[in-house]
Amino acid sequence: MEVLAGVVAASAPLIYAVVGETITEKAGVVNLSLDGSIMLSAMVGFAAAATSGSVIVGFVAAIAVSMTIAGVVAFSGIALRLNQIAVGFVLFLLAKQLALFFGDPYIGRTGPQVAAWDLPLLSDIPVVGEVFFSHNLSVYGSFVAVIATGFFLARTRRGLEVRAVGERPEAAHARGIPVNRVRYAATLVGGAFVGMAGAAVSLDQIAGWRENLTVNLGWIALAFVIFGGWNPWRVALACLLYRGLLFVAGEFQVEFPEFVQVLTQLPFLLMILALTVLNTERFRVVARRFPRLRPFLAGEAPTALGTTFHPE
Amino acid sequence: MKRLRSAPLALAAALGAIVVILFAAGAPPLEAMRVIFEGAFGTTDRLGATLMAWTPLVLAAAGLLITFQAGLWNIGVEGQIAMGAIGAAWMARSVEGPSLVVVPLTLIGGAVFGAAWALIPAWLRTRFRVHEIFSGVALSFVAAAIAVYLIIGPWSRTGVASTSGTDIFDPRAWLPTIGSWRASPVGIGAAVAAVAAVLVLLRGSRFGLRIRAVGRNAESAHLLGIPTQRYLVAAFAMCGALAGIAGTVQATGFHHKLVPSISGGYGFLGVLVVLLAGFRALWIAPIALFFAAIQVGSTQLSLRLGIDSSLAGVIQGALVLVVLIVGGFQVYSAARGPVVTGEGEA
Repeated sequence: MEVLAGVVAASAPLIYAVVGETITEKAGVVNLSLDGSIMLSAMVGFAAAATSGSVIVGFVAAIAVSMTIAGVVAFSGIALRLNQIAVGFVLFLLAKQLALFFGDPYIGRTGPQVAAWDLPLLSDIPVVGEVFFSHNLSVYGSFVAVIATGFFLARTRRGLEVRAVGERPEAAHARGIPVNRVRYAATLVGGAFVGMAGAAVSLDQIAGWRENLTVNLGWIALAFVIFGGWNPWRVALACLLYRGLLFVAGEFQVEFPEFVQVLTQLPFLLMILALTVLNTERFRVVARRFPRLRPFLAGEAPTALGTTFHPE
Repeated sequence: MKRLRSAPLALAAALGAIVVILFAAGAPPLEAMRVIFEGAFGTTDRLGATLMAWTPLVLAAAGLLITFQAGLWNIGVEGQIAMGAIGAAWMARSVEGPSLVVVPLTLIGGAVFGAAWALIPAWLRTRFRVHEIFSGVALSFVAAAIAVYLIIGPWSRTGVASTSGTDIFDPRAWLPTIGSWRASPVGIGAAVAAVAAVLVLLRGSRFGLRIRAVGRNAESAHLLGIPTQRYLVAAFAMCGALAGIAGTVQATGFHHKLVPSISGGYGFLGVLVVLLAGFRALWIAPIALFFAAIQVGSTQLSLRLGIDSSLAGVIQGALVLVVLIVGGFQVYSAARGPVVTGEGEA
């Protein structure tokens, strides 16, 4: 049980990041700066918390940073019609360099950490309580993020608008939906979640700042959005499975230390394998033949992903 | 990224960005710029160091120009540089002979390894429709891990296995230099040749025209009978080969051994150079020189002004972002017309 609880807790930052990017991409915008955004928000979040002594200040600062970056992506992609991938990539490098430069004095410093808090009543439930409800607010927040986003996208009118804007912007425009305003909103909200991801690393999971703190979390998250088929539930499940697999790999590593090189590369080999399998013809055939499994197998990118829309 | 309408405005914006960053970092801007400039060009030794950084950067950027023109985001270039360095190191370690034999072999080994590594994302993209950004990023990490494995494993230094690198190569495998200059004329020559070749390829050949057609509109190119997939694979291979030569320069020209972070970040920096050059081959060399100067000159910042040299990366990134956005504004306000995609003129 402890192991499962550990997996759930360790998944939180990845889940925040993947859920955030899912919202952004559902509206048709790609925020490629994710890896840099997470790194910079983790660093700023920790710095703010260490300076002020308050975890909340840290989270707010982290969210502000990544929303600013998301805002630049949105503005240059929507208003200036620049290539979103180009701007996202430049922001990835810039944010990473900013984190390295300004984070230097904070390396090795200690700071506040999100306090543990067992949810009353819920944590008393046998098994489930220990696995899911004996963590802290940062981890519970990741549950809320998944549930709220899943519900929002699938069941609410606004969520439908977000999907419409990402799939058929012209049709959405014709129905009176302010396409670009929805895209701004989705990108900024997605950015806020990315900031949570960064803070969840530097204020909870690892607590502190060093150069390789967020080890490529953003790139893994970007791949997981695809692997999760742009569906928050599936995305969260994939994150849990992935962290579980990493845990098993870690145990394996203790037994066979000579495989350490292979194991540290596991996420990336898995990433390639997953994306490849997802696109094989056979996989698609299976998904088509068993409609009930389809939500777990197939997943198409939003049709208008990465494109610009101008209503004139 | 259309060409900027007025270069002066972009220059002013870039300069403004640098001043703001230096100011924010707590450095007197003018003094810091002078330190960077002197650190990059002040003495012949420093000029040599700057050209040493310029060489792999130009090679990577020239390769990236081909993949960009084919409409590809070959972010995996970092891994292709690392694999090229591994290929070169393999040649340098296993072949004994005069420089005239070994050095060309290391260059060929690097190019072949880099191209082979680039064929993986090419294959994944054309066969399985896996986006090259993700396969590229993942493969870069794998390539870096292979380098580390070789360094602490099979190629570890005699007696000690440490991540500081392999044994120094036989000096006959080093890129030849003149006098005490660190920059090798062979490396610089390769970089100049690469830019010239890419320019001729993209501007003056049927092959380049078709690559650009595939990059602009793959569907139309396909309808016109161009085997688009083959052109994508070719673009990847050529970029990989140039990146591999960049890796060779890093291994046999700079470190003289294989080290863990052998790519030196020149792949990602190459992407910035190409973006700033607006996808035009002629601009690559001067912009790369500017970037190399910031990179090398910044090392003096920590010595003279007590500012961390990682400021170089901040300046480079901010510069490209500012120029992209200013360019976007200019296109936007000038025409409100053409949608800016990823490709400009070669």
